[in-house]
Amino acid sequence: MRDYFRLLMSCENILTGKIMDIYFPALIGGTIIGISSALLLLVSGRIFGVSGIIGGMFSADSAADLHWRVAVFLGLVCSGLFVFGFTPSNFSTDAIGNPVKTMLAGILVGYGSRLGSGCTSGHGVCGISRFSLRSLVATAVFIATGVMTVAVLGVAS
Amino acid sequence: MILHPFAAFGCAFLFGCGLALSGMTDPTKVQGFLNVFHQFDPTLLFVMASAVATHAILFRLIMKKKAPIFAPAFQVPARSKINARLVIGAAIFGVGWGMSGICPGPAIVSLSMFSSESLLFVVSMFLGMGIYGIDFSRVRNFITARFSPIQDPGQR
Repeated sequence: MRDYFRLLMSCENILTGKIMDIYFPALIGGTIIGISSALLLLVSGRIFGVSGIIGGMFSADSAADLHWRVAVFLGLVCSGLFVFGFTPSNFSTDAIGNPVKTMLAGILVGYGSRLGSGCTSGHGVCGISRFSLRSLVATAVFIATGVMTVAVLGVAS
Repeated sequence: MILHPFAAFGCAFLFGCGLALSGMTDPTKVQGFLNVFHQFDPTLLFVMASAVATHAILFRLIMKKKAPIFAPAFQVPARSKINARLVIGAAIFGVGWGMSGICPGPAIVSLSMFSSESLLFVVSMFLGMGIYGIDFSRVRNFITARFSPIQDPGQR
């Protein structure tokens, strides 16, 4: 009975204060991601899919098409500089192992996201919120293979 | 429209701030999310849930407009067929994502660290995108036209 009561208390702890303290930045950051994706839709009429926008730099069909894509690239880099100034602890290269592994991972991420027409932003955020079945399937697949990869190779240290 | 790139820059700046603030630029958090069997870190779940909820509402409001501000029409993906390309591409992406804990958005935001690792990752990612961009049917035609005159001597 006392064990049950203690369990109940810890559940309450998770549900009320503690969990909000830890994951508050995640919720605020996620909301900002949602708002900025919607803003790009409002100004450019495009879905905020990073791999599609950046990958499209290499196959832009006009100067205007290239310009807004490069602007997105520069915006992302500058935002990093901005936030890094305040909270450098949010950035890390600890999980990155040896250079060969980094290169291989980069190539797989670049090629796979183009072949699958999207990454975590395009499929995971924008696609799912449009209730696109394609994006839901893609997200389920890349989370599944990601989980399997981490289960097999482990977390790099 | 001359203002279009500036507006796009602003959106991307805000987007990157969201990514960095929520800790998605830390690959250990992303790998922690994928590490469901050991030390699961639900941070990414909270980021994704709040981003999806916000975008779901705003998307519907914005799509009621006739056209975006700086472009003639909305260009939202209309395809609905689930094909092998989508599944295989997502599977390959997931493997690279699991190996590194980095996806394209955070990779570019992390360039601001000026670390050799993040630069190497982004260059490799561009390489992977470039490999995708190669038209392999044209490469094959080029090679067969140059190096295999024996296969069809009749045409020579």
